[in-house]
Amino acid sequence: MMDKNLYVSIAPHIHSGDSIEKKMYQVLLALLPAFLVSLYVFGWGSLIVTAISVVSCVVFEYLIQKYLLKGEPTIKDGSAILTGVLLAFNLPSNLPFWIIILGALVAIGVAKMSFGGLGNNPFNPALVGRVFLLISFPVQMTTWPLPGEHSYIDATTGATPLAMLHGHFGQLPDMVSVLLGKTGGSLGEVGSIALIIGGTYLLLRKVISWHIPVSILSTVLIFTFIMAQIAPQTHHIGHLGTGCPFMPAIYYALFHLLSGGLLLGAFFMATDYVTSPMTPRGQIIYGTGIGIITVLIRLFGSYPEGVSFAILIMNSVTPLINTYVKPKRFGEVIK
Amino acid sequence: MRTFTIGGIHPPGNKISAGQPIHQMPLPQKAIILLNQHFGKPAVPVVTKGESVKVGQLLAKADGVLSANIHAPVSGTISKIGETQDASGYKHHAVWIDVEDDIWMDSIDKSSEIIRTCSLEAPAILEKIREAGIVGMGGATFPAHIKLTPPSGKKVETIIVNGVECEPYLTADHQLMLEKGEEILIGLTILMKAVNAQKGIIGIENNKQDAIAHLKKMAKDWPGIEILPLKVQYPQGGEKQLIEAVTGRQVPSGALPIEVGAIVQNIATVYAVYEAVQKDKPLVECVLTITGKTVGKPGNYLTRIGTPFSELMDFAGGFPENAAKVIAGGPMMGKALVSLSVPVTKGCSGLLILTEAETKRKKSQNCIRCAKCVKACPMGLEPYLFMTLVEHAEWGKLEKERIMDCIECGCCTYSCPSTRPLLDYLKIGKAKVGSLIHARNTKK
Repeated sequence: MMDKNLYVSIAPHIHSGDSIEKKMYQVLLALLPAFLVSLYVFGWGSLIVTAISVVSCVVFEYLIQKYLLKGEPTIKDGSAILTGVLLAFNLPSNLPFWIIILGALVAIGVAKMSFGGLGNNPFNPALVGRVFLLISFPVQMTTWPLPGEHSYIDATTGATPLAMLHGHFGQLPDMVSVLLGKTGGSLGEVGSIALIIGGTYLLLRKVISWHIPVSILSTVLIFTFIMAQIAPQTHHIGHLGTGCPFMPAIYYALFHLLSGGLLLGAFFMATDYVTSPMTPRGQIIYGTGIGIITVLIRLFGSYPEGVSFAILIMNSVTPLINTYVKPKRFGEVIK
Repeated sequence: MRTFTIGGIHPPGNKISAGQPIHQMPLPQKAIILLNQHFGKPAVPVVTKGESVKVGQLLAKADGVLSANIHAPVSGTISKIGETQDASGYKHHAVWIDVEDDIWMDSIDKSSEIIRTCSLEAPAILEKIREAGIVGMGGATFPAHIKLTPPSGKKVETIIVNGVECEPYLTADHQLMLEKGEEILIGLTILMKAVNAQKGIIGIENNKQDAIAHLKKMAKDWPGIEILPLKVQYPQGGEKQLIEAVTGRQVPSGALPIEVGAIVQNIATVYAVYEAVQKDKPLVECVLTITGKTVGKPGNYLTRIGTPFSELMDFAGGFPENAAKVIAGGPMMGKALVSLSVPVTKGCSGLLILTEAETKRKKSQNCIRCAKCVKACPMGLEPYLFMTLVEHAEWGKLEKERIMDCIECGCCTYSCPSTRPLLDYLKIGKAKVGSLIHARNTKK
């Protein structure tokens, strides 16, 4: 009996069984409804863009890890797949394949692996890839196929609801269309309901906590409501809703909440573990910051959409928040 | 339902041995009694080799104030006084007894009659507790009489009894409450008298409904005693967590429970106090849970201190083939044994066998800053940050981030999806920072 070797280690001797892979695949599962909506809305284009993005992200990570960093392969943890999906969700469904590959190279190569891989990147890799493409290829990146245009290359294009709001052109779609994804936009931002379902799943499974999404969404809601209330003319909301005096402003605020990349950003991008603060209080500061910057860019910037920039800017503030915002310590209250 | 408010986890209970009546473990052939089985200085032997001893006879005397008496748990002949390994593999002094018969000291009342009244005054009670060598049986093994002597000017309002047993697998305290409920209530009344406390509260987690009902029924006859069900959450048995769960007050960082007027004692300790004061029986045996999914006869066993763990295993169905780790205590805070020849000591609450699949550590991966450790930490600390600071030997920063508040409950390591050995690093940090603080204080 005693010739048997025993394991000896410090406690605890059991583990929750949680793992990075589990977390990543739970997020991927939560993105599935939105992906299905994008398939329905954009057809082949959606499938092709996602496939190219995911495959190139995984391949780049594998190659960089093996030949440049010379470490053990990390692609099994699912984070490269997730980056690929999130990048694709931020792209129009008719984007030329080489632009997607370039975006994946920047996301994985520059934003993630050059810092040492998963856990070390200061910025959300998918967003870095997306913003790089937006700045480098402004035309291709803002030419949105119209909903129902199922072909990849020669889809008819049109403006997104936010662009319509921003430039005051076109007839805004009604709220039901926004909810169901019958609007123009990037792959992942069209199905608001699907995104809400996915986000709720993540909250219920405790993959993410409510602090970041709720603080982002409520900030945007309140901020846009106030703006519409104090300056209705500038915000072009005369035709929105009727009835009680607050209706147009409420409609306007909800419109901001449901359109564009806000839901995708609030539930799936801003909540990225690596680049968001560690404490609940810090997460609320971070989420509020994202909400404010998003609205500022949407209303006063030259881009119709600002979620990506807002998240990246707040990513850069995360280390500062982690340094100064500490969790509530035990025994502090009565000291 | 009440519980503590910061952090906490919910590991599977795995209370395999729940409801198993307490069985008497057979006497060992040879007992090994470690002289350092309590917090503080090792006891000094008062017996010599070749001497024959009875059960309950003083074997080693407390060395100074922070130490505890040790009594012979078996009768027989002292065969050796020398060095042996303790559960952690360190060498310590011990006394060996070759067991012969089971002859007890005449002064000890071995009957099963329950003695309900105690006419002793507080100092006499404390003296009996000190004399019996009672230490905290929850695992900390802090000498009980010192805990029961608060610094002058501090008033004890409440004695809190820890009936939480939040460690997975362990069921010894649970079974003790079911079988020795009245004795525990008497013990608690004696403790309240010893420190002149008005209230006695037994906190029990809600997964032990039978114990709660059983004690509640009897507690009506004992003034000042309240049975308080608590929401299941680990580490509720942590002293500060339990005080918060019961009283709603948080003990300040670096302070003792007496700051909020509380003293915490474990169920088994309270039972030992009853036996010491009412039956003149020193601490020579304790109830152990022997458990694990592959153990043949998991159960609760009344075991003499000094019994080698290997003999416990023989009685509980033999050593399972696929055992990979043997743990003295529970899976969250217990000690992994280096060898089964190590003896049972005071404060040992269980023997747990885990298989390789249950216990093998996975490779440590990069921290993904998911903050699971921060959420789980019941002291509101940041384990991920501690690990980085220890890696970089930033001792000053560690102290400022309050690493010494860490209670080593293991919630961080348990929760980490990257399977990082957080607590390993925290212990290194605590040891280093602790020694730096000590050096600084002695210089002054």
